[in-house]
Amino acid sequence: MISVCFYFQVHQPMRLNQGYSFFDIGVGHDYRDEAANREILRKVADKCYLPANRLMLDLINEFKGKFRIAYAITGVAMEQFQEFCPEVLESFRELADTGCVEFIGETHYHSLSFLFSKEEFRRQVRMHERVLKEFFGVKPVTFRNTELIFSNALALEIEKMGYKTILAEGADHVLGWRSPNFVYQPAGCCKLKALLKNYRLSDDIAFRFSNQAWNEWPVNAEKFAGWVQAVAGNGEVVNLFMDYETIGEHQWADTGIFEFFRALPGAILEHPGFVFETPAEASARLDPMAQLDVPHFTSWADLERDVTAWLGNPMQDQAAELAYALEDRVLATGDHDLIATWRELLTSDHFYYMCTKWFSDGDVHKYFNPYETPHQAFITYMNVLNDLTLTVDGRLGNK
Amino acid sequence: MRVLMFGWEFPPYISGGLGTACLGLTKGLAGMGTDIVFVLPKLESGESGGHLTLMGANRVRARIGISEILSLRERVKVLEVLSPLRPYLTEKEYRSLIERDEFFTAQDILGEIENDFAGGYGDNLMAEIVRYSVVAAHLAASEQFDVIHAHDWMTAPAGIEAKRVSGKPLVVHAHALEFDRSGDHVNQKVYDIERAGFEAADRIIAVSHYTRDTIIKRYSIDPAKVTVVHNAVSKERRFGQMRITKPLKEKIVLFLGRITFQKGPDYFVEAAAKVLEKNPDVRFVMAGTGDMFPRMVERMAQLRMAHRFHFLGFVRGADVERIYAMSDLYVMPSVSEPFGITPLEAMVYNVPAIVSKQSGVSEILDSAVKVDFWDVDRLAFEILDILGDEARSARLAVKGAETLKKIKWEIAAEHVLNVYRELAGGAR
Repeated sequence: MISVCFYFQVHQPMRLNQGYSFFDIGVGHDYRDEAANREILRKVADKCYLPANRLMLDLINEFKGKFRIAYAITGVAMEQFQEFCPEVLESFRELADTGCVEFIGETHYHSLSFLFSKEEFRRQVRMHERVLKEFFGVKPVTFRNTELIFSNALALEIEKMGYKTILAEGADHVLGWRSPNFVYQPAGCCKLKALLKNYRLSDDIAFRFSNQAWNEWPVNAEKFAGWVQAVAGNGEVVNLFMDYETIGEHQWADTGIFEFFRALPGAILEHPGFVFETPAEASARLDPMAQLDVPHFTSWADLERDVTAWLGNPMQDQAAELAYALEDRVLATGDHDLIATWRELLTSDHFYYMCTKWFSDGDVHKYFNPYETPHQAFITYMNVLNDLTLTVDGRLGNK
Repeated sequence: MRVLMFGWEFPPYISGGLGTACLGLTKGLAGMGTDIVFVLPKLESGESGGHLTLMGANRVRARIGISEILSLRERVKVLEVLSPLRPYLTEKEYRSLIERDEFFTAQDILGEIENDFAGGYGDNLMAEIVRYSVVAAHLAASEQFDVIHAHDWMTAPAGIEAKRVSGKPLVVHAHALEFDRSGDHVNQKVYDIERAGFEAADRIIAVSHYTRDTIIKRYSIDPAKVTVVHNAVSKERRFGQMRITKPLKEKIVLFLGRITFQKGPDYFVEAAAKVLEKNPDVRFVMAGTGDMFPRMVERMAQLRMAHRFHFLGFVRGADVERIYAMSDLYVMPSVSEPFGITPLEAMVYNVPAIVSKQSGVSEILDSAVKVDFWDVDRLAFEILDILGDEARSARLAVKGAETLKKIKWEIAAEHVLNVYRELAGGAR
């Protein structure tokens, strides 16, 4: 029996107010671009979250428990749903109630915290657990770090925190000749299992689905199911990990993406050797095939599949260093609003916007970037962070 | 005295200090009873021309045929090879344009003339300069005037044409030279136009001795022909009564200008790092844009100063006054600055200034602190010293205010008027 694991990442960053200038530092704290956040969330809710959730609910009902999926919804996304679009949260709740959906744990703020502060990392993971409990009544047993950033050290930490399964990128430079279609055990772990993204099949949907220059275009459910089924005899689990926004937002409705997903479960289940399982279920059923040794960070971003989308150029490094340097002081204020604002600034997207490697993935970066240039992103971010720093220092000075 | 004046910029239609200088100078001249017809490539509504007659070349419908253009190209040799250029291009941009190797033909120019003027410094600048000179010849034949006055190289061909048609004396005013903009890697075509203008001129006005020396040395011009008239600064604070509250306790050191090679922004960034090593309680502000902007942002981040170094982008209107007023020290580290008005503007706000020795303005600023642009250690030392020494800082501000009293557009205008009188003889 080969299981097909769908896991969808749901994330929306809190975008910053690009009009926040040097002159505002020490004067105003109008950091968020509320209009853009609301507008984008509404737009994506209408194009993706609401219709896609409806589709998934229909499919789950139709297949009576045989269609199973997983979501990782970031805390920042949930907070924005609650504020701008509560019906989205409601529809996720309906999905949770089917019992066919797994909710995956991660850092609440979709942050790079593991790379900078283990304490903050743990706090954000626990925070996300609390929110999942509160919103959906579930306790996550599977973990996926921000943008599938992964390493041995992270796996070990996650095992210690009580998780059973971790998701990672099936990066070529880690796997070599090996297949992502088996369960692995991260080096140094004795219980935790790793599920690796089959990036070819995942990206066939996420990135190439509507690409007319692709020699396989157009792809329908039968064709794709055939590719999945070709794994038979050479794998135990096919992990299809992607942004949820693929459905209806990155791939618009007129590309046929909804029809594709509507037809896919039936097409895959036609082959008797295949089932849908959530990551937790697949990992509980299967034993690790081999050890996975990842001393350096990998991720699902860009061709490099490393952390250079967020860190590595001087602007990214400087901004991240200064943001994390504020940790002890901002926590010392005990002011929940200040701390929440600081954590919003830790969201990885801010550093992604400062990326200057515009090679093969420049188009992808541009699509998600509200700024004209990475330098503008850096300047806005620093203006905000500098003001927050002033506020924090002012607060501590008064204590 | 009636003057036919050619200029490429005029407030608010400006991209640099040239327009501001033209406004100040013409106001001064008008105050002394000079009638000025100021010809801009393009006139839009809103130019502040109450004290003179503004004329837009775009509104002059000269009848021009292809034979006139061909004969013009014979007369003005330097226009033989034309390529779209902008005066404030960087070396890199120059090269990419030159590599395109777009030579204009007479046909192209004729086509351009049928279009409207774009003004500014667009891709078709060279063609516009030629068209503008054709219009100048037309005006010179119909207008009454005693002297022709052309500002910078863009209007030099117009000045030459006007002089040819009318036989009146020509004054060429050098606000900036190709060597300022491009260092030693000058664009030959721009240089040739500048030089043709200087050679045709009966008198050259240089904005500083620094510029005069360059004209004499690099363009082989007879020193007797070159007069220095320093620029002045308008002391009007448009938002003068605005109360500036500064929310930051650290002292602020300001750079304001185009972020290009000529202005030396990289020396400012390097000096900031050295200052912060010694005194972390200083903030640096860089206002402006330019082709070196991304590099400066990245370098600043690399030097790990983002908590103390702020970029403002292009500032305009009230924000200009605000940032001057918030600052404790102004730095102009220009690599080559024919004049450089910003230190004077800073002094209007009682902000002491450090200027590079490679600037014209340093000639009239006895009180300002002067350093070589490349001497980052010295610059850092002076910044630290001035910020750390309240008495010295106050002394510099007071001296700055005294200097400002002596720097007036009326005085500059008087010098220019004297030049006119010498050239035009009996005209009053």
